[in-house]
Amino acid sequence: MKIGTPKEVFEGENRVGMTPESAKQLQKLGYDCIIEAGAGANAGFSDALYKEAGVEVVKTAAALWKDADIVAKVRQPETAELKRMREGQTLISFFTPAANDAGMDAAKTKGTNVIAMEMVPRISRAQKMDALSSMANIAGYRAVIEAGNNFPRFFTGQITAAGKVPPAKVLVVGAGVAGLAAIGTSTSLGAITYAFDVRPEVAEQVESMGAEFVFLDFEEEQADGAATGGYAAVSSPEFAAAQLAKFREIAPDMDIVITTALIPNREAPELWTKDMVESMKPGSVIVDLAAEKGGNCKMTVMDEKIVTDNGVTIIGYTDFPSRMAAQASTLYATNIRHMMTDLTPEKDGQINHDMEDDVIRGATVTFDKEITFPPPPPKVQAIAAKPKEVVPELTPEEKRAAETAAFKAQTKQQVTLLAVGAALLLGVGLIAPASFMQHFIVFVLAVFVGFQVIWGVAHSLHTPLMAVTNAISSIIILGALIQIASGSFLVILLAALSVFMTGINIFGGFLVTRRMLAMFQKS
Amino acid sequence: MEFGFTTAAYVVAAVLFILSLDGLSGQESAKRAVWYGIVGMALAVAATLVGPGSGYWFVSLVMIAGGGAIGYQLATKVQMTQMPELVAAMHSLVGLAAVFVGLIAHIELGRVLAMDDAVKKSLEGFAALLAKKDGVEIGILRVELFLGIFIGAITFTGSVIAYGKLAGKVDSAATKLPGGHMLNAGAAILSAVCLIWYMNTGGFFPLFLMTLAALFIGYHLIMGIGGADMPVVVSMLNSYSGWAAAAIGFSLGNDLLIVVGALVGSSGAILSYIMCKAMNRSFVSVILGGFGGPAGEQMAVEGEQVAIDTDGVATALNEADSVIIIPGYGMAVAQAQATVAELVRKLRAQGKNVRFAIHPVAGRLPGHMNVLLAEAKVPYDIVMEMDEINEDFPDTDVAIVIGSNDIVNPAAQDDPNSPIAGMPVLECWKAKQVFVSKRGQGTGYSGIENPLFFKDNTRMYYGDAKESLDKLLPMID
Repeated sequence: MKIGTPKEVFEGENRVGMTPESAKQLQKLGYDCIIEAGAGANAGFSDALYKEAGVEVVKTAAALWKDADIVAKVRQPETAELKRMREGQTLISFFTPAANDAGMDAAKTKGTNVIAMEMVPRISRAQKMDALSSMANIAGYRAVIEAGNNFPRFFTGQITAAGKVPPAKVLVVGAGVAGLAAIGTSTSLGAITYAFDVRPEVAEQVESMGAEFVFLDFEEEQADGAATGGYAAVSSPEFAAAQLAKFREIAPDMDIVITTALIPNREAPELWTKDMVESMKPGSVIVDLAAEKGGNCKMTVMDEKIVTDNGVTIIGYTDFPSRMAAQASTLYATNIRHMMTDLTPEKDGQINHDMEDDVIRGATVTFDKEITFPPPPPKVQAIAAKPKEVVPELTPEEKRAAETAAFKAQTKQQVTLLAVGAALLLGVGLIAPASFMQHFIVFVLAVFVGFQVIWGVAHSLHTPLMAVTNAISSIIILGALIQIASGSFLVILLAALSVFMTGINIFGGFLVTRRMLAMFQKS
Repeated sequence: MEFGFTTAAYVVAAVLFILSLDGLSGQESAKRAVWYGIVGMALAVAATLVGPGSGYWFVSLVMIAGGGAIGYQLATKVQMTQMPELVAAMHSLVGLAAVFVGLIAHIELGRVLAMDDAVKKSLEGFAALLAKKDGVEIGILRVELFLGIFIGAITFTGSVIAYGKLAGKVDSAATKLPGGHMLNAGAAILSAVCLIWYMNTGGFFPLFLMTLAALFIGYHLIMGIGGADMPVVVSMLNSYSGWAAAAIGFSLGNDLLIVVGALVGSSGAILSYIMCKAMNRSFVSVILGGFGGPAGEQMAVEGEQVAIDTDGVATALNEADSVIIIPGYGMAVAQAQATVAELVRKLRAQGKNVRFAIHPVAGRLPGHMNVLLAEAKVPYDIVMEMDEINEDFPDTDVAIVIGSNDIVNPAAQDDPNSPIAGMPVLECWKAKQVFVSKRGQGTGYSGIENPLFFKDNTRMYYGDAKESLDKLLPMID
């Protein structure tokens, strides 16, 4: 089968869905690769490089769409591209299925199987094809670079002969993949970096990247990130208010703010209000990575850089990955290649669209002229472990009450047992002759001692205990020894047999116990 | 020799026996404790031999020596995996001895009663003791020796069957003759009738009939109890052998017999109680055999059992920091304890935290697993009880289940309709990863599906435990 990659038609998109490197890997899976002339030019991959890698270069997009059984591209297809789709073709690209009804319908009627890269489930196995993450990583890095480009000072603090330079303070809001990448870049440039996220469980990750987590003084049961596939959920109004108050408090200190807060399938939440922008120092920079979804700062203008009246630069670019087209294309093409590996289990160049596979099923939005979006929840759940259920702590009063109750119950039980036992003993004593009572008291005491002693025996020594009790229960040998002398031959025979058998037991029991106990060793 | 000396020796022996049991509270003191027991026994036997009423020293000593030689052979030759069989076999000997001693008491009683007063005065030893008794005392004596024989006979056949089941000579499944518990009840009633009959006549026949009935009860009772309940059965028989000794002690008027019998009896009773509690079953239901019918539809198990190969297990173990191993009867069957111990040594040498979790009813004898691991030279301080370790599973990287099934069945907690609902189990599924070494798919002894095997973090490592672990060992580095 043939995998083809057309030139991106979206204005300003520099990325490409196939690199010479990924083409070589795809060929190893048994596919033939074709590419539209000039597709990789903006990302730094010339047609010659592709040819060298064994990729067939076709002149026009129309020819490519006609020729390719699988089309792998970056941006969601434009109207013109949708028309070129054909039955039985597989399209792998970003598709924004939730807001792309026209595209879905076109794919459905045409019979094209569409795999939307943003729908790859966030499970460990699928990380290698998670293009959202790889693109977000680039966006996070680039956001810091863009900010630095527009920031009139150093990131790192310096004491030079020409004077002291304070370090820049960077706040990253939203510690997803982009946020973490931004934190990493920012700290390695030497800025003092703060980070905030509504999911407190990421505090550890933030700190591991060298930033300081901004904690809120707010007590609320946070929705567990694992329940929403690792994404943030909508927070309560009270929480949002507490969050804004905290931001307002630290806004004047911040030189660079990078906001990355996105909630799936929603408009970006407003986190950086106008008054915060106004309280910032002139020359400060805000990079709003959520610009495409309306921005975390409402002053952001999508795809543009503006400067506010008080001299704060707000960057609303949405094409950060495209601005680093070579890097982005390499990563994206690798994601595609991994997807193809999963689609080609036999490595025979034939696609096996296995709708039972969690990852493939999750990413497929149209299949066999059916819309298969949204997918069922994946069988494999949980990115983070579920938090432990906290057992409600008992108050001291409750504890004491419980203890008293237990003590009372115990006392009651013991007293009852003692009373019954005493009554029984008395009853026996009334009827039985004195000679019997003597023995009987010994018996009762021995049982009592036995119970007291045996409870203390270690569980691990139960087998030796059985062997020992076995040996000493052969004390019955005494009976046989006493009897052996008196009486007939039958008596002697039986008694001698008894002595013999108990003899086996005594020696066997004790010896085997010794053998066992000798084996118990401390490390 | 004076009667007083014997009594004094008995007191010392009794104290020694108590200390001996008390010493079993810890591994180190246990090594001393067993000597207390040995000295106590030697003292008791010696005191009896020189005490009043004894004779035929030569025969006695020869018999003891002969028995001792066989006992020595048994104790040194026995495999640790065969401990349950040995213990059961030994119980049967105590039971049979109790029956014999009881019968002798009966014979002697008959002989003494037939004598006239003048002859009675000239009697010695045991017979003299009998001769002193009056009417009521003789009545009590008869009850006592009757009970001694009854319990002894049950212990005897019960232990023989238990031995057969444990040694695999008798099918370990629960089997009953047609009539079930009615037969047992019938035999018990027959015995009770015989008691009254015997009280009135003092004849041999009712005693004989009762002995047969008791032998039958022992046989049939234990036949009806399945393999996994054996820890309870063995402890129960242990208890019975004690009570039999105590009953004989009464009839012989020997306090030491009573004391020791009571000690052993209560010890066995407590062990049975602990075992029953560990299975969340009442003693009666174990003794009556078989599981009660499930109260309703059991939860269906979803998912599939995912197998894993040796490489996978080795990788996981090499990466793990903490490992908990849960051995069961399967480890004993495959004789895998030495390999397990070697694995543990290797893992510990890498600084990993490796521990064992022992369920109270793992194996076929109380403490069976501990003894096997001790034999394989696993240090006892990494061998934990269920209660000590159950909370640690969530912090554990790898849990390895070797040849156990029901004791790690989450259905006991999750499924109120499961036959083992409420039984305390080792919560190994809370570990990050669980490997189950098992011969093949299939249910445990109790025939219950184990949802553990279907969990997402569980991997099945099929194969004979010893062979699998032998393959695994070289891959741990």
